[in-house]
Parts: sequence; structure tokens; C-alpha cells
Amino acid sequence: MEYAKAFLIGGGLCLIGQILIDKTKLTPARILVSYVVIGVILGGVGVYKPFAEFAGAGASVPLTGFGNLLAKGVREAVDEQGFLGIFLGGLKATAGGISAAIFAGLLASLFFKPRDKS
Amino acid sequence: MAQYRQGRQSFVLPQPPVITAWASTAGKKESEGPLAHCFDITGQDTWFGQRTWEQAEKQMQRMTLGKLAEKANLRITDFDLVFSGDLLNQCIGSSFSLRNTGIPHLGLYGACSTMAEALLLASMTVGGGFADRVVAMTSSHFASSERQYRFPLGYGGQRTPTAQWTVTGSGAALVSREGTGPKITACTIGSVTDLGIKDANNMGAAMAPAAYATICAHLSDLGKQPEDYDRIITGDLGQIGKEMLLELARRDGLSLGGRLEDCGTLIFDRENQDVHAGGSGCGCSAVTLCGYLLNRLKAGKWKSILFCGTGALLSPTSTQQGLPIPGVCHAVAIEGGKG
Repeated sequence: MEYAKAFLIGGGLCLIGQILIDKTKLTPARILVSYVVIGVILGGVGVYKPFAEFAGAGASVPLTGFGNLLAKGVREAVDEQGFLGIFLGGLKATAGGISAAIFAGLLASLFFKPRDKS
Repeated sequence: MAQYRQGRQSFVLPQPPVITAWASTAGKKESEGPLAHCFDITGQDTWFGQRTWEQAEKQMQRMTLGKLAEKANLRITDFDLVFSGDLLNQCIGSSFSLRNTGIPHLGLYGACSTMAEALLLASMTVGGGFADRVVAMTSSHFASSERQYRFPLGYGGQRTPTAQWTVTGSGAALVSREGTGPKITACTIGSVTDLGIKDANNMGAAMAPAAYATICAHLSDLGKQPEDYDRIITGDLGQIGKEMLLELARRDGLSLGGRLEDCGTLIFDRENQDVHAGGSGCGCSAVTLCGYLLNRLKAGKWKSILFCGTGALLSPTSTQQGLPIPGVCHAVAIEGGKG
């Protein structure tokens, strides 16, 4: 059941992205950024947490989950460090994801070369 | 008074320059398409033995020029002048392919209209008595264009349904003062037309009004009818742009009906090759002209064609700044060739 929920919710979020690519003139970059911003807003107003508890990885893996993590990190850092936390919290909370992505990118670039599509 | 000029933007060539030889190089996908049998060189390796896509494009031009010389029974140093262009920043495909060859070179940028632009300038140069053997050449490469205009392939972005597929290929035509082959009898220089279309993935629609304007100008400047040509062939409007051009003509009561072809729709099998709206790029009209169209003229299947290279004059910067896409189209009338 847990897997089914994660699959359906995560897949649903991706489906929305695919429809946006096919049916609107939004570039992939804009769609990605919108997902992050929406995640930040939903996380900021406290809606994302119950959603993530319900959907599990289906809510935390898509980019909205990254946005939520940014919001959460800022909130926690503000509680601990006050004003400075606004600037420190976001990246601190998401550092794992960012570093892993950069490292995976490096790794992929060492072993693979882009190919012509045909 | 300019003696060859006719009307607002056309000119005739009383001593028509002759296209005495032509050559084409095509990539893997193109050589799996409907025109596969027409190309001189086909490459299964789209790197063409080079380390970067840009160098691969340079290599295609070099191979095409070599093939052209071979087919014309000349050495490349016999060419008086090369007009060439591509889609890369600062046209490095063209300039790098010709470096240290000793051949005089003028680089051009007319986006996908460059082949028609080069052919038009070559016919002017030869017709005006400035040179005897002038080459018009262009190239484009799917992978280098994706990096240039959209995203590098490594980014793995998705393509939208209206996006066209940049042709990997290079075509070159030798325009000579004398010899046998199809002749260039008249040309129309296009003006830049912008109807405010902003979608860089729908360039056919941005170019269709320019194509229509140039075709109309050509017919009215020279007092011709569409029926005077066996085919009117646009560069790379793709399926969507071609339908739009037909619609524009229909509104004015001009029948282009069965005469209109588009290199972008000829070169690929849209159903089976997943190319969305069709082919595009400077190489698209170049390989179609130098692989298919000129062969048909030579074989006598057609007596005359109007070759209308269409270009979308956008840059990555203008797209990022939200500006609409201006289009341009140059027309070259090519006749005969049999015997």
C-alpha cells in the first residue's frame, strides 16, 4: 500500500510536468523551478508535511520535496539562529541532495558520453 | 539603373550561371530516411571521427567540398570562391573547414536560409563576371544545434511536439560560368518578416509568412504564376509551417496546391522517424537540394523549380529575452539541366 501510494502520487506529480511540457510553452527549466517554488510555498504554510507523511517518497523525491526541504531548513535555522538562519538554513538542509547530485553528475560524465539521438 | 534588377527585390541573370556539380553528406538518421539513396556520403558515425560535435560539423563540410571537387573533376584549389555558412556561433563550421586551404571564403549567416542565400550570392558573383567557379555550401548538425539553440544533449531535455529535428548534413553546389547542368535564371532576395511568434520550438510558423512574402514578391516582380514552376520548394517550414503557408496562399486565392514541397518534410519519414514537425537546419535544404532536387532536374523529371530557403533569425539571447522570431526567405529559380 505504501509503495502504491508513493508510486501514484509521485507519478501524478511527474504526469503534471509531462502535460506542462507537451501542452504549454513552458521550458523544462521553468517547470523544474516552479516545482521547487511550489514546494517551498506548500512547505512554508505547513501543508507539505502531512502530504509527505501520506505519500512518502512519492512526495519527497520529486522536486516539490526539495522545495519543502528548503522551507523546513530555513524554519529550523531561524528557530536556532534567528535572522541569520534565513540565509543559512535552506542550503544546509538540502546539502546532501545537492552534493549527491553534483557527485552523481561527475561520476556519469566520467563514464558516459552524450550520444546523438537517432 | 541596375540592369539585372526586376521589381522591388528580384533580379534576373541574362547569362544564367550553371550548377555544374553538387555533393552532399548526410548523417545516420538522414540516411535512414526517404532520401537515403540520394546522398553522396552517409555517415553512420555522427562524430565523423572527431572529438566534438562542432568539429564533426566542420569535418562534414570538408568532406562535402572534397566530394564536390571530385565530382566536378577539379581540385579544391580550382574554386574561385566559397560562400558558406552554418548555425554555430561565429560560423566556425565554415571557417574551420576552409582554414589553410587557400580558397577565398565569405562566411554567411542566414539561419536555415543560408543555402539559398549562398546560391543567390554565387549566381550574382558568377553572373556579374566576378568569378568563374563559386561554391555555395552549408552544414548543420543535430547535436551541435541542440547545444547552440536549446540544451546540450547531456542535459537530457525533452522535445516538444512542434519542435523540428535539425538535419545532420552538409551540401555544396558549384556555380559555374559555363558547363552543363541546371541553370539559375532569377533570384528574389527576401526581407525580414516578423509576425510576433515567440515559440523557438515552432519555427515553421515563424518562417511561413516570410516564405509567403518572398514567393509573392518573386511572382509579381517577374510576372510569373506558380504554374511556371514544376515545384516550389521551401527550406524547412516542416509540416506545421507548410500548412500555414498553404493557408496564407489560400486566403489570397493563390493556388500552390500540389506544387508546394518542403525540404523539412521530404527528408524524414515523420511517422516512423519520430521527428515531430520535420527536419530543419541549414543542412536540411542543402542536402535536399544537393542530393535530391538537383538530381531530379538533371534527370529531366522537373523542368524548373523555385528553391525558397527559409530562415528563422533568432538567437539564444533573443529567445531568452522573450523576443519574437523574425523570419526570412530567399528564392532561387533553377531551370532545366537535362542533357
